[in-house]
Amino acid sequence: MSGTFLFDGQPVPFTDGQTILQAARAAGHYIAHLCWHPDFPPHGSCKLCIVKVAGRHVSSCAMPAKEGMEVESNTPEINGERRALLQMLFVEGNHFCPSCEKSGNCQLQALAYDLEMLTPRFNHFFPDRPVDASHPEVLLDFNRCIFCELCVRASRDVDGKNVFALTGRGIHKHLVVNAESGRLADTDFSAADLAANICPVGVILKKRVGFAQPIGARKYDAQPIHVVAMQEDK
Amino acid sequence: MSQHDPVRVAEDVCLRHRRDRTRLLQVLIDAQERVGWLPPPLLTAIAAQLDLPRARVEGVAGFYSFLYPRPVGRYRVLFSDNITDRMLGAPALMEALCGKLRVEPGKLSEDGLVSVATTSCTGMCDQGPALLVNGRPLTRLDHARIDQIAELIRRKQPLDAWPAELFQVDDNIRRRDALLGLSQQPGEALAAAIARGRDGWLEQMHLAKLRGRGGAGFTTAVKWMACRDAAGADKVVVCNADEGEPGTFKDRVLLASFADLVFEGMTLAAWAVGARQGLLYLRGEYRYLLDGLRTTLARRRAAGLLGQGILGEAGFDFDIDIHLGAGAYVCGEESALLESLEGKRGTPRIRPPFPVTHGYLGRPTVVNNVETLAKTTLIALAGGTAFAATGTAQSTGTKLLSISGDCARPGIYEYPFGVSVDRVLEDCGASDVQAVQVGGASGVTLAGYEFHRRIAFEDVPTAGAFMVFDSSRDMFEVARNFVHFFAHESCGFCTPCRVGTALLEGYMDKLAAGHGAKMDLADIEWIGRLLKNASHCGLGASAPNPVADTLLKFRPAYERRLKNLDFEPAFDLDAALAPARRITGRDDPGAHLDTAQETSQ
Ligand SMILES: Cc1cc2nc3c(=O)[nH]c(=O)nc-3n(C[C@H](O)[C@H](O)[C@H](O)COP(=O)(O)O)c2cc1C
Ligand code: SF4
Ligand code: SF4
Ligand code: FES
Repeated sequence: MSGTFLFDGQPVPFTDGQTILQAARAAGHYIAHLCWHPDFPPHGSCKLCIVKVAGRHVSSCAMPAKEGMEVESNTPEINGERRALLQMLFVEGNHFCPSCEKSGNCQLQALAYDLEMLTPRFNHFFPDRPVDASHPEVLLDFNRCIFCELCVRASRDVDGKNVFALTGRGIHKHLVVNAESGRLADTDFSAADLAANICPVGVILKKRVGFAQPIGARKYDAQPIHVVAMQEDK
Repeated sequence: MSQHDPVRVAEDVCLRHRRDRTRLLQVLIDAQERVGWLPPPLLTAIAAQLDLPRARVEGVAGFYSFLYPRPVGRYRVLFSDNITDRMLGAPALMEALCGKLRVEPGKLSEDGLVSVATTSCTGMCDQGPALLVNGRPLTRLDHARIDQIAELIRRKQPLDAWPAELFQVDDNIRRRDALLGLSQQPGEALAAAIARGRDGWLEQMHLAKLRGRGGAGFTTAVKWMACRDAAGADKVVVCNADEGEPGTFKDRVLLASFADLVFEGMTLAAWAVGARQGLLYLRGEYRYLLDGLRTTLARRRAAGLLGQGILGEAGFDFDIDIHLGAGAYVCGEESALLESLEGKRGTPRIRPPFPVTHGYLGRPTVVNNVETLAKTTLIALAGGTAFAATGTAQSTGTKLLSISGDCARPGIYEYPFGVSVDRVLEDCGASDVQAVQVGGASGVTLAGYEFHRRIAFEDVPTAGAFMVFDSSRDMFEVARNFVHFFAHESCGFCTPCRVGTALLEGYMDKLAAGHGAKMDLADIEWIGRLLKNASHCGLGASAPNPVADTLLKFRPAYERRLKNLDFEPAFDLDAALAPARRITGRDDPGAHLDTAQETSQ
């Protein structure tokens, strides 16, 4: 089965089982997202992908497309909400972009530029999240975690290792690794794992390659994320 | 640790749960009961026994408030922190107990004997202030009782040796109607439904137009039919006895004194949908009811009301198991509850699919509230049409209200739907009422001019809480208490709720400290809207309700606290310079920042 829905006023075709985000993407419309990844089932936690359907907000990464639905995405209202969600993610962690190895390759930073997030707006939480540098190949800087669980999912479903999990709840939720010591070095993690290469922000970082590619020549330096993300897909 | 060798404990406990991974939460609860807390090697050993990644076990252990991955006292005292307990003097009593035991709130005493802290509403609002000591409720606290408790702890008396009257919990039923006034023998309703046949029984449910009593008000017959028609023969009936909504305690009374009706309702649901398995999810705070509930289950099994061929009906096989929660309000949300039943963190699932098609372990599942299920017995006995004759057009039957706060007679009141707030206030002996919080923290705050409104899905819906505030109460503090509740109970899965509730907490505390400005009120409103719009589940969506309502209806309670009508920083700039002054040894006027002067310019 298939059908058509309206995305910001333009007709978008879909096949049965496709979500709004998937169908929109296939038709060339970018919807902001952080926890969604084309190779994994939807997660639905970051809420950057919210759109409005018939006056109600839904997560476009998880909501199946339906015939005739009218989807609003690129509106001042929705983009304003997305910006506020980004501002929330920025104050919740410790993000010092100018000194971050991931700068220019980071989806959070790129979305902040894209959605014109010019100020931090809310009070910073300044959480205490110690770095784990125990592993010979990889550094974990928890200060930037946005809890997309991509590393959790990749390690569990693709690498078959279950290196990562979340514990705590609410604002105290945090990432842990699969070792009684709590140290990455004491797990079977390797830099070749998919989980080592999937973090959209700067938490899981390979050692000794941080600035091999200079800032200015990175993924989102020349073109905004809504352009880069759509090129990658093709 | 010798008598608590982690490997031995893990082996024992996991074996008792058949090494079933879906019982991980139950395993952790039992293991903790043995050891007192959950030391890291114990988590490792449990993971090994269940062949689960250790990180997953740690993830679950860290999610629930009543699981302790860090040492706690041999006596764990948790004061109920709901606003009604606070109004009855809980904070002063907690301070007194801490003083007597020489322990700081939230910290472990140096000898490891005791820890004292707060917990979310314990469901004892009609007989507060209340606390839990090692999971057992203690009600009607006063200074005499606090002295007694302190002495018992100091003398290291085991809980079983404490005077029984300390643990007495009353039903406080003040008004009975169809349900609470019912006298029937166990099995009578079931026999009537069996006599009608499965379809005939569902037809009566349709006629009754019964809507769920757990909050959302979904039509029960529609839910049951969807489950019956879902693919898969292995259907499940779940009773949601999580009752975490602050101010609600009607399910507690049903479970304590009407358990037969609840289990009979579950069996009636099983008859309608064709389920063989039933699960009752009991909130950790109500653990003291567990033995009684198990006894009732055993009695029903012996009477042929559970098990194989119920009441002689070939092919009608159904039994019920009880799972315990461990202190997580979000687990009342039905998909989070299912995750918890499967031994996971209580994070709400993505929908669709819905539980009626993909619920417990992916099987078609009906999730119903305790009261909803109990009500189905009335329908089986008297028929759907008779049931629908009370209440209003869209809200048939009666509703149990849990009434607490400023009134002479707190307790349980059963009314036909459509009763006015005025009438309820009169019956419970409330005077000089400023506001009523209907439906708990996630419900609505009604001001005086709305007391003519009616309790019904058409007007003021409620899961059962009815908290009364007289004119001496500060509605800002009421809202602040609820904001703290939501921030504490957010599961943390989605951005708007995880961060938004924490931000709201910060704003309310800033206002409470006298640092508020008009801009903060605008921010509060904006974050509230975002929470409502973008949250993943009902917790985040309803978290801003109390603030939004009180801002609208009791705005002076907020404005009174504003230091400045424009902008006011959350911190004192001049005070922040104090360390610099200390280091440089300066204290002349030039080393001070006159913020008062700056803002007035
Ligand atoms: C955060 C949250 C907490 C909830 N807590 C409860 C609860 O404690 N008990 C309950 O029956 N329903 C609770 N619900 C509603 C359930 O998700 C569900 O709608 C209900 O159990 C369905 O039963 P009913 O149709 O019989 O009302 C809660 C919902 C949310 C969003
Ligand atoms: S470490 Fe990276 S991939 Fe893992 S949850 Fe955090 S942000 Fe997502
Ligand atoms: S709204 Fe709150 S409780 Fe619900 S999923 Fe999001 S974080 Fe969890
Ligand atoms: S991309 Fe949809 S919620 Fe994160």
